Amino acid sequence: MEWETVIGLEVHAQLATKSKIFSGSSTAFGAEPNTQASALDLAMPGTLPVPNEQAFRYAIMFGLAIDAEIEKASIFDRKNYFYPDLPKAYQTTQLDKPIVGPGHVEIELADGSKKSIRIHHAHLEEDAGKSLHEGDFEQGMSGIDLNRAGTPLVEIVSEPDISNSAEAVAFAKKLHSIVTSLGICDGEMSQGSMRFDVNISVRKPGAELGTRTETKNLNSFRFMEDAIALEVERQIDLIEDGGRIIQETRLYNGDTKQARSMRSKEEANDYRYFPCPDLLPVVLDDDYIESIRQTLPELPDAKHDRFMEQYGLSSYDANILSGDAHMAQFFETAAKTSGETKLTANWIIGEVSARLNTEDLSIKHCPVSAEQLAGMVARITDGTISSKMAKQVFEGMWNGEGDADTIIDAKGLKQVSDSGAIEALVDEVIANSDKQVENYRNTDESKRPKMLGYFVGQIMKASKGQANPKQVNEVLLKKLNELL
Amino acid sequence: MTDSIMNNPRIDDTTMHNKTIADIIAGLDAGEFTSVEITQHYLNRIKQLDSSYNSYITINEESALAQAKAADKRRAEGDAPAFCGVPIAHKDIFCTNGVRTSCGSKMLDNFVPPYNATVVENFANAGAVILGKTNMDEFAMGSSNETSFYGPVKNPWDTNTVPGGSSGGSAAAVAAQLAPGATATDTGGSIRQPAALCGVTGLKPTYGRVSRWGMIAFASSLDQGGPMARTAEDCALMLNVMASFDPKDSTSIDQAVPDYTDNLNQPLKGLKIGVPKEYFEEGLNPGTEQAVRAALAEFEKQGATLVNISLPHSKLAVPAYYVIAPAEASSNLSRFDGVRYGHRCEDPKDLRDMYMRTRAEGFGDEVKRRILVGAYCLSAGYYDAYYRKAQQARRLIKQDFVDAFEQVDVIMGPTSPSPAFEFGSKGDDPVAMYLEDIYTIATNLAGLPGMSVPCGLVDNKPVGLQIIGNYFDESRMLNAAHQFQQTTAWHQQAPAGIALKGKDVGGAK
Amino acid sequence: MTIERADIEKLAELARIELNEATIAETTKSIADVLALVDQLQAADTEGVEPMAHPTDATQRLRTDEVTETTHREDFQAIAPATEAGLYLVPKVID
Repeated sequence: MEWETVIGLEVHAQLATKSKIFSGSSTAFGAEPNTQASALDLAMPGTLPVPNEQAFRYAIMFGLAIDAEIEKASIFDRKNYFYPDLPKAYQTTQLDKPIVGPGHVEIELADGSKKSIRIHHAHLEEDAGKSLHEGDFEQGMSGIDLNRAGTPLVEIVSEPDISNSAEAVAFAKKLHSIVTSLGICDGEMSQGSMRFDVNISVRKPGAELGTRTETKNLNSFRFMEDAIALEVERQIDLIEDGGRIIQETRLYNGDTKQARSMRSKEEANDYRYFPCPDLLPVVLDDDYIESIRQTLPELPDAKHDRFMEQYGLSSYDANILSGDAHMAQFFETAAKTSGETKLTANWIIGEVSARLNTEDLSIKHCPVSAEQLAGMVARITDGTISSKMAKQVFEGMWNGEGDADTIIDAKGLKQVSDSGAIEALVDEVIANSDKQVENYRNTDESKRPKMLGYFVGQIMKASKGQANPKQVNEVLLKKLNELL
Repeated sequence: MTDSIMNNPRIDDTTMHNKTIADIIAGLDAGEFTSVEITQHYLNRIKQLDSSYNSYITINEESALAQAKAADKRRAEGDAPAFCGVPIAHKDIFCTNGVRTSCGSKMLDNFVPPYNATVVENFANAGAVILGKTNMDEFAMGSSNETSFYGPVKNPWDTNTVPGGSSGGSAAAVAAQLAPGATATDTGGSIRQPAALCGVTGLKPTYGRVSRWGMIAFASSLDQGGPMARTAEDCALMLNVMASFDPKDSTSIDQAVPDYTDNLNQPLKGLKIGVPKEYFEEGLNPGTEQAVRAALAEFEKQGATLVNISLPHSKLAVPAYYVIAPAEASSNLSRFDGVRYGHRCEDPKDLRDMYMRTRAEGFGDEVKRRILVGAYCLSAGYYDAYYRKAQQARRLIKQDFVDAFEQVDVIMGPTSPSPAFEFGSKGDDPVAMYLEDIYTIATNLAGLPGMSVPCGLVDNKPVGLQIIGNYFDESRMLNAAHQFQQTTAWHQQAPAGIALKGKDVGGAK
Repeated sequence: MTIERADIEKLAELARIELNEATIAETTKSIADVLALVDQLQAADTEGVEPMAHPTDATQRLRTDEVTETTHREDFQAIAPATEAGLYLVPKVID
């Protein structure tokens, strides 16, 4: 390959604390503008920050999950710049002594290969507010909502160990899975709970690192993949045409599938970092950190291995089911309730995931509950419905028509398994299919199985798809062979 | 109004304002007068006399009388704290709910906060009556109160001279007896230096002793709020109310607040007083030196011992301060951007224009200068040489004091290098002004408590003695100051011309 | 350390303060004076000395995670220069 891509990710995850990182305002999503902005959040004169213990706890949990050293005397620094969504005109963040030191995250790729991606560090900082460029307000103005200002973020910075978009996505998904499993972030990317910035540069193998660009605020895995591919292509084309890469910040638009340079809000900005004089060093002891380690829930990698062992799943399937904490919970609840692991797994990985994908929903918002799915799987297992009929049942549950049993009754989807009924169906079709029966008789034995399809089709049609396929096959074969 | 007060037999308006806070409390306790009466007295004086001094930015006539009325009622019901009904003023740096809080700046000329600073809240809970908000150097940056958007404050001792700064308004108000006490703040000497220049007593507590919540920030690691009054005892009474642990302020220290009046009367025998040689070098006005040394002799008479000490890194204090304070200020003042409160320029053509013009219009020259100096010291390439270096110097300065306090109980010297100077006499040279704080600045860098007490007059201009205490040792400083004030009368001196019109009262005795 | 007009202009941009053309020279001079003052620091021997960001040795208290603030939007926006539909208005922000 001619060109080598070097990628590093900076990930901002909103921590699921009840209150903000420095003020007692609520962090709940979706409130009316500026109703969750206290005097401190508005940077009123004389207001002062006090850090939220839970934010530290969550950051430490993350650090422990990635095998990192926890900083026992971490410091908050001020990053100074002007922007209307930044009320103090500085962001309180951590520069020299972040709470989490170097760690690593393991990713597994589609071909089963594994790679370790190093984390440079992770630190706590506060989120900015939102700028709205259009709305119920005067044209030519922007409207500022500071509800989000002060929400705690953990910023996770990777080393530039990532070589392509597939690795980037795998890494991003792994981080998503870790933070949701830990319960420290709700992972709702559509709500901005996790945002990804991608630093990309290209170089010829063996050459020095090229100039990198930053593409900011990607909030979907698909966008990330597309944005990376686009930027790599742009950089390669530019260099091959004799141009130079400018270090810049870019924005990717997922709808138009195009990226542009940001009219840099921080162009040549000197952030003048210095330790925040309103905050003292946060000193933590080993006992405190250890007590947090004791409360760590099962991490994605451990869950993955357990799923393989406990449920006999393949590594690939285990990956899908254990990746997202909510997905894992859904699966385990459904599997335990139905008693049928394999079938449950297949349904979730197949039909459920496909449907969620199409409707852009996360498993958390799946209209079919784990219990409902389990109920349906149980009815397949006990022969009440066929797999084919199950699709209709699933559709009904998705549309809120009730539980499996309710829908089966309402739509009359019970399989016909009564042997008398089946015999009657088979007899009828055979009686009406002289020609095909003749062909069957005259065909070579090895070729006969192929000819069953016609009969089965007719029987299914006559039974409106409800004849138990297994029984139909058995009875059909028996009767046909009697006629030979 | 004036008539009826002049005819009020309970209020002798020729002497009422001579009362100390302690006197007022006693008087209220004894029913000699009511809070309404004494409050009205002060309001009259302010109305009649403050145009000469410009010590108040906002006078809260209506609310003060309402507060006084409520205080009288509370006292009558029997459940009143000591300070209930005592009128004071707040430096216009303390956010006061529903009252314009300008910080001496055009930037906040229209700012009416919907919340109280903790200091204000503490006084409100104690039933104090707030006469108004006092004038100050803009954003607390200055040593002469010449930079206020509301015009300079004049020193009541000689209105051609400055009162000192930045708490010039509080100092002048107390000196002219337009309030028995006033809150103030000190970042590099802004309580002590104006106290010295105006002949009043002022105290800067240990860093972290008084909450900074709602106290508009200048330099966060240096700012402290404290009392100004005419006696050490009054400062102790005010400090009792001001000091508290505030969980809303991360730099507030959780240490029990003693009753600062408990130890006022301890005899001084055996007290070891450190006298730093660096505070008596060139640049010290000879008259000031004489007055200070005479004061030190008084302490010896009371049984204290003077010990020569050295604070070898003293010369680093002013340079270090003028890196650290502007650096922190440059960041603290960035929030004044015209977006959510305060001044906004007219018809901004775009966002950048709004920022640039709002801040150019809202800030005065000294503030702009310090913001730019601060930005410079923090900027890439200069951080190590300036900011980091200054914080290293700071540690050395602190260590000097820690070492000194191994040998002595308190440290004393002049508060300011000379008495009050004339307006404009520091010219265009900002550094000349900065050197006014040469003896006070190190205390802020180290976070130690410090006081100034009147100790003499030079050409009828007051001189202040500075007392520096060990961490959280305000009681000892107050004790030393109080004992000094038992055997001397400098603190009882008052400037001429502070009588109400038509009343004949002698000036300085 | 000499500071020049161009440096002042850069700082003014960083600090978002429009400088008055008439007074730029004066501003440059007075800032240069202050910097001459602080340059006295360079003479100090600070080898091996740990910078001190706070005058106290105290360490940070952490706050319990609970919602303690209720909305005061009316009060806060009553003193704002420009608001509409609950939002703070500023000249359009161009990214």
